[in-house]
Amino acid sequence: MQYFVSVIDDRTSSGTPEEMVAIDAFNDRLRSGGHWVFAAGLAAPESATVIDARGEEPIVTDGPFVESKEHIAGFWIIDAPDLDVALALMTDGSKACNRRVEVRPFLV
Amino acid sequence: MTEAVARAYQEQWARVVATLARRYRDLDLAEEAAAEAFATAVERWAVDGVPPNPGGWLTTTAHRKAIDRIRRENRRDSLYREAQVLSDDTPPEPLGAIDDDRLRLIYTCCHPALAMEARVALTLRMVGGLTMPEIARGFLVPESTMGQRITRAKAKITAARIPYRVPAAHDLPARTSGVLAVLFLVFNEGYLATGPDTDPIRPHLTAEAIRLTRLVRTLLPEDGEVAGLLALILLTEARRPARVAADGTLVPLASQDRDAWDRGLVDEGHRLVRERLASGVAPGRYQLLAAINAVHTDARDARDTDWLQVLALYDQLVRLDRSPVVALNRAVAVAEVEGPEVALAAVDDLPLDGYHAFHATRAELLRRLDRRDEARAAYDRAITLSGNTAEAAFLARRRDELDERSR
Repeated sequence: MQYFVSVIDDRTSSGTPEEMVAIDAFNDRLRSGGHWVFAAGLAAPESATVIDARGEEPIVTDGPFVESKEHIAGFWIIDAPDLDVALALMTDGSKACNRRVEVRPFLV
Repeated sequence: MTEAVARAYQEQWARVVATLARRYRDLDLAEEAAAEAFATAVERWAVDGVPPNPGGWLTTTAHRKAIDRIRRENRRDSLYREAQVLSDDTPPEPLGAIDDDRLRLIYTCCHPALAMEARVALTLRMVGGLTMPEIARGFLVPESTMGQRITRAKAKITAARIPYRVPAAHDLPARTSGVLAVLFLVFNEGYLATGPDTDPIRPHLTAEAIRLTRLVRTLLPEDGEVAGLLALILLTEARRPARVAADGTLVPLASQDRDAWDRGLVDEGHRLVRERLASGVAPGRYQLLAAINAVHTDARDARDTDWLQVLALYDQLVRLDRSPVVALNRAVAVAEVEGPEVALAAVDDLPLDGYHAFHATRAELLRRLDRRDEARAAYDRAITLSGNTAEAAFLARRRDELDERSR
């Protein structure tokens, strides 16, 4: 079972050096435990572009699709047998990146 | 429902649902197949008589209903599911003292990833066997709302793969305390029911909370906090007959007719508290609350209450639980031991302005200090905030007594 873990952020700066060290250590643990699928940080929401090609002409808009105080600063995709394991892992993930995280299952 | 089916329902519902849920890993299917099996029992048992092993009969019938349903629905995943039934490849789980399908069911229904109200609804439906209308009535929400709540919770369990198992040892105390919180909430909603123009007590909720806590106690006999919660709610329930006067006003502990208390429940509660004391293990929150209630119910007359003992227990509780509500309740004991002035100083700064009991407690303390205007204002605030009809009626009477005294 795979889970998409969003890192919730209300700051514009990226992680501090201490946070990056902790995140690297956490990622190593994910890998050695066989839970790692993918992870990445994202550039600021203002750098996003929204495309709507449902109509005749595609419409391209600058900025994120929803303006909010909080945004997704990065994500993990992890593999875990069930939600308990996923939550236990990402409790440490939240500590490592020093931010709230949202754990959401993929559709199976 | 015939008496035999009704009894089987009480005894076997959770067992049947739990067995099916484990087998098919699908709460929805387990619930529906169990309900169908009981419906069949109503028809068959009237004709064929009650089978020698009602539980076995119900489980077998429910399994058949489940398989029928899987075939009938012919859903995309049905072949896969049937294959799973035939070759159950889930690893055999260690057989421990607490290995029981019903426990798995309880921990799943009370999973922390579900909203509290969903945990309550799911536990009452899946473990307690209450019907949707019964649960909806118990919490004064429309049936459709309650139905959605349960459906959403079941969907999340499936989609997010909330596991169907007893938590690992290191998680067990926290998860058990989550289960107890659900049961205590059900009890309290029954005991101090909220809602305008509603009965002040909803005995079917208190009875269900007691029944479920007894079940958890059977499944986790070594857990001190489970025993503590059971003792606490038994000692509280024991006072129910004396708690609301004929005119519908709440009767506070000090004025209750102690002969009206349910002696059997008091004795059982006291036995549990003594058992926990004898264990020598440091008591948790529920055990301390139970011990406090044991001191109260031990006094033949309110004037004989051992307040020093009550205060000592609250002092222990405050060390475990720093919540302002505990501090507020402790103040009631402080008033008896050190006087209302000390108690008032202890409550005045508590951040509980939106809590009716805060104002009710202040009102009583101010009244004893003969600060009538402030007491009246505090009673007014408590009445506005109280959601319980009997309590509001009692507070109004106390407030009006102030005016009579000043005349």
